[in-house]
Amino acid sequence: MPSFVISEKCDGCKGGDKTACMYICPNDLMVLEPNAMKAYNQEPDQCWECFSCVKICPTQAIEVRGYSDFVPLGSSIMPMMGTEDVMWTCKFRNGLIKRFKFPIRTTPEGTANAYADLKGKDLDSGLLSTEEADGHVLATPTTV
Amino acid sequence: MALPNKPLGELKAVRDPEVEEREVDILIVGGGMAACGTAFEVKKWASDDTKILLCDKAAMERSGAVAQGLSAINTYVGDNSPEDYVRMVRNDLMGIVREDLIFDLGNHVDDSVHLFEEWGLPVWKKTDDGKNLDGKKGQKLGTLKDGAAPVRTGKWQIMINGESYKRIVAEAGKLALGDENIIERCFIVEILTDANNPNQIAGAVGFSVRENKVFIIKCKTMMVACGGAVNIYQPRSVGEGKGRAWYPVWNAGSTYTMALRAGAELSMMENRFTPARFKDGYGPVGAWFLLFKAKALNGLGENFAASDAAKAELEKYAPYGTAAITPTCLRNHLMLFELKEGRGPIMMDTVTALADLGKTMDKKELKHLESEAWEDFLDMTCGQANLWCAQDCEPEKKNSEVMPTEPYLLGSHSGCCGIWTSGPDFDWVPDSYKVKHNDKVYNRMTTIGGLFTAGDGVACSGHKFSSGSHAEGRITAKEMVKFIRDNADFTPTLKETKEELVDMVYKPVRTYLDNCEYTTADDINPEYIKPNGMMYRMMKATHEYGAGTSTFYQTSSKMLETVIDLLETMRADCEKLAAGDLHELMRAWEIYHRLYTVEAHLRHIQYRKETRYPGFYYQADHPGQDDANWFCFVNSTYDKAKNEWSLKKVDYHKIIPDA
Repeated sequence: MPSFVISEKCDGCKGGDKTACMYICPNDLMVLEPNAMKAYNQEPDQCWECFSCVKICPTQAIEVRGYSDFVPLGSSIMPMMGTEDVMWTCKFRNGLIKRFKFPIRTTPEGTANAYADLKGKDLDSGLLSTEEADGHVLATPTTV
Repeated sequence: MALPNKPLGELKAVRDPEVEEREVDILIVGGGMAACGTAFEVKKWASDDTKILLCDKAAMERSGAVAQGLSAINTYVGDNSPEDYVRMVRNDLMGIVREDLIFDLGNHVDDSVHLFEEWGLPVWKKTDDGKNLDGKKGQKLGTLKDGAAPVRTGKWQIMINGESYKRIVAEAGKLALGDENIIERCFIVEILTDANNPNQIAGAVGFSVRENKVFIIKCKTMMVACGGAVNIYQPRSVGEGKGRAWYPVWNAGSTYTMALRAGAELSMMENRFTPARFKDGYGPVGAWFLLFKAKALNGLGENFAASDAAKAELEKYAPYGTAAITPTCLRNHLMLFELKEGRGPIMMDTVTALADLGKTMDKKELKHLESEAWEDFLDMTCGQANLWCAQDCEPEKKNSEVMPTEPYLLGSHSGCCGIWTSGPDFDWVPDSYKVKHNDKVYNRMTTIGGLFTAGDGVACSGHKFSSGSHAEGRITAKEMVKFIRDNADFTPTLKETKEELVDMVYKPVRTYLDNCEYTTADDINPEYIKPNGMMYRMMKATHEYGAGTSTFYQTSSKMLETVIDLLETMRADCEKLAAGDLHELMRAWEIYHRLYTVEAHLRHIQYRKETRYPGFYYQADHPGQDDANWFCFVNSTYDKAKNEWSLKKVDYHKIIPDA
């Protein structure tokens, strides 16, 4: 299901500090054509349909259409990302529409606790830093 | 306004790139779950003046195998014991595993899962009266760390709302390490050993896929975790659908190839994974089997896996085949038997499963059940959800076909190929499982001093999955800090000059620029081959001779000789790989990495004169298992100066008794 960019909606992220789809694609597929200032998928047969570009696009300019070699025409699935949930709209070939909402995270973005001030004490023990802080005791196996 | 058809890539490559030279203490290569674990842990142990750098081929927020999200965490020990974890992995992988590594991982994996939940990953919870709550509603029951009950699908798996799993884990890793210590879109392609000690690493070289720049990085120690190997065989879909790989399509075997070219010992590279998944969309089947209790039926509508014939077949592979949970390869083996006998297609009976579950549910609960089924796909394999929509498939009304995929190589899922590493330095770990540098043992260090790996890189200990890979990355962080403390007087020295390294990395660009004007069509030129062409050449050879899908995963001694000859010629022809832009340069190095990795895989299959994993592959000249001669690891090394491979048997030790 390669992603595609809708010409009218893509502005090349010209107001942002980076082209969002180009920044995020794990397989380096999305590129910006600098003259037209529009992005496109340069290698559709290497697209994992991970929807990273769809989810990050600030203008909802990116959608996906099923792989031409096995997906019948006429369906679509589209995510709408919120801060706590994602809402999916799934459209069947026969017109049926299903909507699903799922949580995506329980904390505000950017607030993951990196334990920046935690320093490990015993470098020669087998314990990880947070295990050491919690007083975790390493199990020893009952051996043969 | 329609765009004109564009040639590949907007970032043209130039003959002479800028060169950035760096010198750090610790280099982290990769940005997936394992590397995020290392990034989170490393500064907790390192002194403030330690220089640390992480290079990711993509953007950490969505890189690696968890980029798309996951609907479950497959390894959470919880109320189980690490001993039982070892027994499960050992049985699934037909007996030959590193029990020290698996036990050690079982000791640490839950700590990572607890961190994920603290960072914001929604984890499903079970109420006292047995109801499932999603990760948002379940918060009122407390956290796993505080003793709240997860929703188990199997003994080891817990359900999550994991659309943003990787974003959350990467966020913590990036915050801990600091943006200034991370280079994204930097593809490390070769590990460099020390000029004074070929058995110790001194650095790595790579390039930016965003600007014409080569990075030469010296380091005292390094962790390499770039995932497994995908698209090394012709996939079942050969058009656009070849991107719909089951494992991430960007995993190019870089972990294995970079390590083997540095001289590190590989282990169990004969192991592979050919998961049975929903056909074409490759959506997960685990929740359907475990959570929804669905059965797979053959073309005659029979639950073939429960037949007397299947039981008799499994008994041939006792004790593994007769264990409570049938090993993954043997489940495939039974499925392939049906297909070969003409009793396909294999269908997942979703209709009966949902009808049975619905008998005890009210309307609201049924609606929730339907939502759970769709989330399983939407969280981790969006394309499968669209395929169901396109096929007008509602699982309560229509069954779906299941099919084993093309082969994949990996060490963290239900597979165990990878790099031989040291176990932890405990008395209960056999000496032959310990790897030393200057007489000291470093957990997860490869046989090359200072070179560590985690996740898909570590051989002989599968079933780590996302959480275990993260925990293993954290283990390597601490060991690398120990390594630089113990080797404070080591100054890494590169053998190669700056010019030699730039020439190596940018060779495909220079080959292209030297010859591209000779013909009128960019891709057709007698002086070079584009990476796309080489990819098809590799896939054709492995598909036809190397136990791909075309032969129902069967090969033979003669076929192995043939495919290895073909691969040797391909590797020689890689001297003529050509790349006109930075994206294509990435593809050139990826195919180079894939070729070495798949050759290692096939050489291991050739060396092991038995069929250890029926259902994953069959060596026709050596069918069945031969415990008397082959209940051991197979390890290999590669000498890049001589282009020579060496393989050997390595003793297996049973550490954990049977239950």
